[in-house]
Amino acid sequence: MFFNKKKKSFVYLDHAATTYIDERVKQAMEPFWIKEFTNPSSLYAPALKVKGFLSEARKKVAKILQALPDNIIFTSGGTESNNLAIFGIARKYQNQGKHIVTSKIEHQAVLRCCEQLEKEGFTVTYLEPDSEGFISPKKVLSAITPETILVTIMYANNEIGTIEPIVEIGKEILKWRKEKNTVFPYFHTDACQAAGALELAVEKLHVDLLTFNGSKIYGPKGVGVLYKRRGVEIQPLFFGGGQEMGQRSGTENISGIIGLTKALELVQDNRLAENKRLFNLRNYFWEQVQTKINKVKLNGPKLEDELLRLPNNLNFSILDVEGEALLLYLDNYGICCSTGSACTSASLEPSHVLSACGLPYEYSHGSLRFSLGHCNTKADIDYVMEYLPEIVEKLRKISPVNLGVVQHAKYK
Amino acid sequence: MKINKKIDGRDAQGNTWLYSDIVKDHFFNPRNILFYGEEEIYEADASGRVGSPACGDEMVVWLKIDPKTEKIKECKWQTFGCGSAIASTSVMSEIVTENNGLTIDQALKIKPQDIMERLGGLPAQKVHCSVLGDKALRMAINDWFRKTGQHQRIVVEGAKIIDEKLRITDRDIEEAVLEGARNLEDIQKKLKVGVASPEAIPEIEQLIRFYTEKYYG
Repeated sequence: MFFNKKKKSFVYLDHAATTYIDERVKQAMEPFWIKEFTNPSSLYAPALKVKGFLSEARKKVAKILQALPDNIIFTSGGTESNNLAIFGIARKYQNQGKHIVTSKIEHQAVLRCCEQLEKEGFTVTYLEPDSEGFISPKKVLSAITPETILVTIMYANNEIGTIEPIVEIGKEILKWRKEKNTVFPYFHTDACQAAGALELAVEKLHVDLLTFNGSKIYGPKGVGVLYKRRGVEIQPLFFGGGQEMGQRSGTENISGIIGLTKALELVQDNRLAENKRLFNLRNYFWEQVQTKINKVKLNGPKLEDELLRLPNNLNFSILDVEGEALLLYLDNYGICCSTGSACTSASLEPSHVLSACGLPYEYSHGSLRFSLGHCNTKADIDYVMEYLPEIVEKLRKISPVNLGVVQHAKYK
Repeated sequence: MKINKKIDGRDAQGNTWLYSDIVKDHFFNPRNILFYGEEEIYEADASGRVGSPACGDEMVVWLKIDPKTEKIKECKWQTFGCGSAIASTSVMSEIVTENNGLTIDQALKIKPQDIMERLGGLPAQKVHCSVLGDKALRMAINDWFRKTGQHQRIVVEGAKIIDEKLRITDRDIEEAVLEGARNLEDIQKKLKVGVASPEAIPEIEQLIRFYTEKYYG
């Protein structure tokens, strides 16, 4: 047969998509399903107890962000937090100006909000990254006008792991505000990919709003946070019982909030050691790929500098083969990863991030993203490398494409 | 981890992303391949190439045809593309060569729907892959007509200009529908069609309905 019989295994290398829950997080959540289930808005003793846990959680999250507890809004996840930040600011302050600055490589939960606001009469500037995905602070500054009410730039990119210069962008924005004697534009960052690996101290970052969620940091799905600086107001998305200081109505997802809080504490505690471990593992992976497969190209920032790229992210293109086909073969061996190929997206467009970085379509179609995490060891990488070169060779054998070689010589 | 076979892999739009067992079989065990490099020595009577790596799919089909009976004796291929593109070409090569081969005229009657049916269906987002396999075959057959001097038999796929200003044809709209466009807004995003020629909009909308019905109805 054309392909060998598969060997049973499960190697998860898609932590940027979502993570499993840390056992300790699960334990922390356990009491809140059946025992501590009451509605914290109620007035009897059990509810007050739950209210106490909620306020404890808020304090813990605030401490890690070096913020105040009433700066923390619990939401249903990263998408809601981004929506709440962007629509919240836009609708609240539209009389002050109708211009937003963002980048071309944001997550859809930011880009689709901006597109919707364009339909509602806002103007949006989508900044181009450089070839490694970096948004220059100078570019951000030059895009700001007196009409700009919000700048939203992600902390780290989900596809290629680029860590954006948030501190520098924040400083440029502060300078502009000071010079023009205005409080605008506000600065929001989507930190969903960064929350497990990078520092979240909002004062150091100079951000006014910050998004992160539970499902990327070994916490539960369906819960997120929007940090919002005191004095910054937002128009709520949800109206109802007035929970979360009136900014996000709806009975609190208490087990989720407890889980997210525990998860955040755990990842932030162990951040530096785990970063180092994943950094070495990831670099070993890339070394192996380069040694065993020809015609591969790294996408995103160089791997050597840990301040420039998330330590767990590896994204590369394998020429002459298509990403979905690679993915299906890898899946056959129990290996989970992602691709920027158009064939896996409903829109049939290749990755908007890779395209914005100037990568030609034929490279995007052959791109693979591996994102490492807690469960991965060197054995997992060796397992992937046992099969990946063979898969590539087989797909290249049935592919008529050989980039860099004159095409028409091959078929007659 | 065991996945329940009866699992319903539908997304929020109700579209399935699951491949049938037949698609998987052809993807993992493709039939009638001409391995890369072998085309140099393979003596094909005709060949056709469609797509490009930039589009995400590229296929080449080589045919050996009996000049007397006009039957397709061999159909070899190479495909750069996703699982369904590979499976579509593989199944197409089987259809045209089984039972001693189809005649050219029979092969020209194959429709993308025939390939899809034989594959046990394709996810909606993947329908365009079966169209490509069919196209590559047609191009190879035209190549054969050309090589054997039967120019009158060459099938030229007509295209009608719908948007004068942007020179957009009905084929462009067909492609856009196959790539997932379902309404005027989607089409305009892809092609900017009708933006400069509002008078073309009713016809564009009619074509969207026609092609959506044709491939997805």
